[in-house]
Amino acid sequence: MQLDPKEVEEVCKTLYIRAVKLLPPDIKRGFERLMAAETDATGRAVLGTMVENIAVAEKRNNLLCQDTGIPIYNVVIGKNVEFDGAAMKAAIRRGCERATTEHPLRSSVVHPLTRKNEQTSCGVGVPIINVDFDSRDETVEIEMIPKGSGSENGSFLQMLIPADGVKAIKRFVIDRVIDCGGRVCPPTIVGVGIGGTSDLCMHIAKVAATRPLGSTCSDAEGARIEAELSEAVNELGIGPPGLGGRSTSFRVHVEVAATHITMNPVAVNIQCHSARRANAIITPGGIDFR
Amino acid sequence: MTHYTLETPVTEAQVRALKIGDTVTLEKTLFGVRDANLMAMFDNGRKTIFDMHGHAVVHTAPNVRKMPVTNECPSGYEAVCVGTTTSQRMERFTRPLMEREGVRIIIGKGGMGQGTLDAFRDIGGAYLAVIGGAAALQTTWIESIEEVDMDDLNPESIWRFRINGFGPLLVTMDSHGGSTYERIQGDAKSRRDAILASIGASE
Repeated sequence: MQLDPKEVEEVCKTLYIRAVKLLPPDIKRGFERLMAAETDATGRAVLGTMVENIAVAEKRNNLLCQDTGIPIYNVVIGKNVEFDGAAMKAAIRRGCERATTEHPLRSSVVHPLTRKNEQTSCGVGVPIINVDFDSRDETVEIEMIPKGSGSENGSFLQMLIPADGVKAIKRFVIDRVIDCGGRVCPPTIVGVGIGGTSDLCMHIAKVAATRPLGSTCSDAEGARIEAELSEAVNELGIGPPGLGGRSTSFRVHVEVAATHITMNPVAVNIQCHSARRANAIITPGGIDFR
Repeated sequence: MTHYTLETPVTEAQVRALKIGDTVTLEKTLFGVRDANLMAMFDNGRKTIFDMHGHAVVHTAPNVRKMPVTNECPSGYEAVCVGTTTSQRMERFTRPLMEREGVRIIIGKGGMGQGTLDAFRDIGGAYLAVIGGAAALQTTWIESIEEVDMDDLNPESIWRFRINGFGPLLVTMDSHGGSTYERIQGDAKSRRDAILASIGASE
């Protein structure tokens, strides 16, 4: 299969617009699960408003949240795919720009020092493009994540040492969730990265925060901590959106990476209740948006 | 717990009557402010064309569409999606907004800190919580964008919205020292040690 940059551009434009309007089915099911378990009256009322908002956005073809986020594109390229990598990256950027100017969407991206907004959702290093490879035949998958800033500001890294142990990792997660309170738009997905280098640790925390609900960490120890922390954070009483209740998080997600004998890093990256993502699968048969 | 329908501008007495747990629906006019325009006003000496005395501000930067100027669209901007951003970043601007511009009500999400509570007590103000992220719903409470100041900062301009039944909003910080956020943070901290013990993570 030959990957056509023009097609990639169109797909990336469509993906940004779909992502800000349609909440993935696993997150909708997550709301149902929280509603069933919520005992606090304010918590129940607030979850009801959030569910109503999802319906209003669908009915009016409007955005779920005003925050169009920092655009992230995750590209996974299968085998027997011919592509021009530089042209593909340029096409992703053009698709992102066109979604912003043609829909139009709010450009939420500025230069970090001058704070100048180019009104394109693009800038130095943005959109963020992650490229990976897998073994699916003649298949390219593109995932678009408009990462909201309220929850992205709930990002933390600590280079713990081996003697601090797993205990300190758990304490770090619980304490950061308490610190964030309602500012990160609970109910959240708390993404936790354990291990790696500092940058890999934060990257896998983002992977964890943006993983579908219902998925579990592929590492057995990671999965065990994930289950334990998921129960624990909902005992804090922070609730949705920090006004009290059980529904502080849909789930804590953990990702792990090997680390150095002297290191014990932990990172937290939070995803808000508007946990938006959109995917497209490109094959010789066409484009499947999901 | 009382429900109030308030038409802006409001008086000091009206806003001092609000207590945490009350609900409010706002009518008539609402201003949108946030990071860049507050920095412009209070750090860089820019003056707004708007008179905000007795008014409510919401922490927002909306999605808008450029339109021809008509009666329905007097500012030349149509509201596409108007939501609420996290308020904590605007903490140091509450007192100057109230003292210099006369603002009485702040609408946001996630709550604010002690400086804001002190300003509410000293000057008379309240914080009303909107459900952050429920922007599609909130947009249905916006009738039009009437006028825009500091257009060069788009989307972080100062927006004057015409509103219709903006709410219900929950009073979560009042002029009597009440803060729902402080209570919930305190509760969470008091539960912390038992929760850590339950997952084998005690200090």
